Amino acid sequence: MLEIKNLHVAVEGNEILKGIDLTVKPGEVHAIMGPNGSGKSTLSYVLAGKDDYDITAGEVLFNGQNLLEMAPNERAVAGLFLAFQYPIEIPGVATMTFLKTALNAVRKERGKDELSTPEFMKLVKEKSAKLNVSQEMLRRPLNVGFSGGEKKRAEILQMALLEPALCVLDETDSGLDIDALRVVSDGVNALRSPERSMIVITHYQRLLDHIVPDIVHVMARGRIQKTGGKELAKELEAKGYADYVGEAAA
Amino acid sequence: MAAVKETVDQVAELERYKYGFVTDIESEFAPKGLNEDVVRFISAKKGEPEWLTDWRLEAFQRWQTLKEPSWAKLGYPPVDFQDLYYYAAPVKKAGPKSLDEVDPELLATYEKLGIPLKEQEILAGVEGTENRVAVDAVFDSVSVVTTFKEKLEEAGVIFCPISEAVHRCPEIVQKYLGSVVPITDNFYATLNSAVFSDGSFVYVPEGVKCPMELSTYFRINAQNTGQFERTLIIADKGAYVSYLEGCTAPQRDENQLHAAVVELVALEDAEIKYSTVQNWYPGDKDGKGGIYNFVTKRGDCRGARSKISWTQVETGSAITWKYPSCILRGDDSVGEFYSIAITNGRQQADTGTKMMHLGKNTSSRIISKGISAGHSSNTYRGLVSAHGKAKNARNYTQCDSLLIGDKCAAHTVPYIEAKTASAVFEHEATTSKISDDQMFYCMSRGLSDEEAVALIVNGFVKEVIQHLPMEFAVESQKLINISLEGSVG
Ligand SMILES: Nc1ncnc2c1ncn2[C@@H]1O[C@H](COP(=O)(O)OP(=O)(O)OP(=O)(O)O)[C@@H](O)[C@H]1O
Ligand SMILES: [Mg+2]
Repeated sequence: MLEIKNLHVAVEGNEILKGIDLTVKPGEVHAIMGPNGSGKSTLSYVLAGKDDYDITAGEVLFNGQNLLEMAPNERAVAGLFLAFQYPIEIPGVATMTFLKTALNAVRKERGKDELSTPEFMKLVKEKSAKLNVSQEMLRRPLNVGFSGGEKKRAEILQMALLEPALCVLDETDSGLDIDALRVVSDGVNALRSPERSMIVITHYQRLLDHIVPDIVHVMARGRIQKTGGKELAKELEAKGYADYVGEAAA
Repeated sequence: MAAVKETVDQVAELERYKYGFVTDIESEFAPKGLNEDVVRFISAKKGEPEWLTDWRLEAFQRWQTLKEPSWAKLGYPPVDFQDLYYYAAPVKKAGPKSLDEVDPELLATYEKLGIPLKEQEILAGVEGTENRVAVDAVFDSVSVVTTFKEKLEEAGVIFCPISEAVHRCPEIVQKYLGSVVPITDNFYATLNSAVFSDGSFVYVPEGVKCPMELSTYFRINAQNTGQFERTLIIADKGAYVSYLEGCTAPQRDENQLHAAVVELVALEDAEIKYSTVQNWYPGDKDGKGGIYNFVTKRGDCRGARSKISWTQVETGSAITWKYPSCILRGDDSVGEFYSIAITNGRQQADTGTKMMHLGKNTSSRIISKGISAGHSSNTYRGLVSAHGKAKNARNYTQCDSLLIGDKCAAHTVPYIEAKTASAVFEHEATTSKISDDQMFYCMSRGLSDEEAVALIVNGFVKEVIQHLPMEFAVESQKLINISLEGSVG
């Protein structure tokens, strides 16, 4: 599914990712944990194709394709989805309109028929109900004035509609209250399948209680410092990152 | 192009007959340049009554004393007014032989607008197909025109070319022509008054709600109105009319300078809605060859409780200079201006409105959405004024600018003049840019860069689009997207 090899990324001359190696197989759920500023969001943006970054070395293959050469929309069409840590406001564009435009753009490129308005409405009603997204929210401009939790739910709704092959969730749990966390996790879990992979970036074990990962990585200072099973997350919860941030850790 | 050349040659030929043309009504062209004889020639060609000839001549004399305005924030090479033709009877042109000879860019645009190939052929005037298709078109337009003429006549609405109205209802034309935009008004309007070729005339009698939207589309035969179009619309007491101007296929025109005049008169309790979708040729990427659009549009809310509302979508022209205005003369009258102006490439637009509050309790509302992309410049210029007697005049103005890229410019120039303390004028203005983050976000959801821009722009202009009649709204959105193509990346 995804193969990251020796990825080095710099911003304005500062190297932020210092050689990332990561392989995600179909159906796997990987969690990435790590201290603030360690490069987790940078990795997710580079995967999605944001262009503020200099890729100084390495390569990324997504289902065999050279991901780094693709435009962000091509990556979306190919099945990559990033749920943003900080979703962007799109003033004037009703959430519903945004969802329909995005879904039909992707369907068209994937060679499927565009959905008619009634077909789309039916689909979005069903998916939004599961995520506790109200019809009223769908009429509002996307992310404008949404609460932190509403923004995250809107991200997962987009993910559910676009049916990606690889979901990258960047701190989707932050800003969620306990009930919302359950709703969102249930939404994510419903998307788990043998063909679909996930990379879940989080600071908290409690998300991983709901979305149970197959593999946990610890990222610090631009590198993956340790990889383990789901028990690694519990260990981190207890001990913190002290073992990984000190000079001795490398 | 051959056709244009031919026309030019014919005109050049005629020019040699220096003396013949004034009396020779059979002649099809006035020589280049403008003088009293040319004005008389135009009037004679149209068989106009004496009052109208005199009216034109008065305008011409006035025009000779005027200087071309230079204050608008526009840069363009000076127009040599003696180097233009002011009258040429419509000539049947030898069109391109097949679609292969039609500018592919033009065809591509038609295609994007969803105009079928057969219609493309008519619009592009392809020879051979022209005859066959023209017959269909005539059939179609005859039937359309007839049914709609009958319906209008039943209602008592007069809708015809202004040159016809001069003969059909001379008293009405004489009473209202120039009563909103007087011949002394401004350089371009004065020129238009002297030499106007044709245009639409609408009269809706007392108490009549016009049974359909009136549109230049139905006036196919009279469409060849040239560069000095004159429109006059009168809604008598309690009448209502909605008028749509413009055609959504791109008009390529060899006339560079367009100086139209539109006059609207709303009597007591009458309402006029005037919508424009303008997409004249904006010129090539360097701005060459586009239309200069200098139009004077003004509505007079002459009666109490009357209402005039302008809605415009401006996407074309190399240079646009346009301020549809309302004179709020009647007490409790209402003026509205909803505008979308889009500039791309090297286009320049200087548009806005004037709301002149003269009567008591008059109110006006201005919503302007300017979008600039490429190297273009987009200026909103607005004047809201309240006369001393305009007690409780109210205005709400909202001017939003959206920038795409960092080589374009947007300017907002609001003027306010209140001579009464009871006037309440509110003004809100915003300028925003489509940010890289917004583009990235949209693209990460599968939209191409152009789709992303279109989505954000459509959100930005929604408030104005809602004021357009349904069919126009849909086409306008397509047009907006087309006109912004190539604005990113
Ligand atoms: N555009 C940028 N310009 C300059 N520095 C940047 C830029 N983007 C990221 N950085 C820096 O790179 C480092 C990694 O940032 P990143 O957002 O990837 O961290 P993170 O692991 O997601 O942290 P958090 O847990 O707080 O979300 C930080 O030091 C950040 O300041
Ligand atoms: Mg982060």
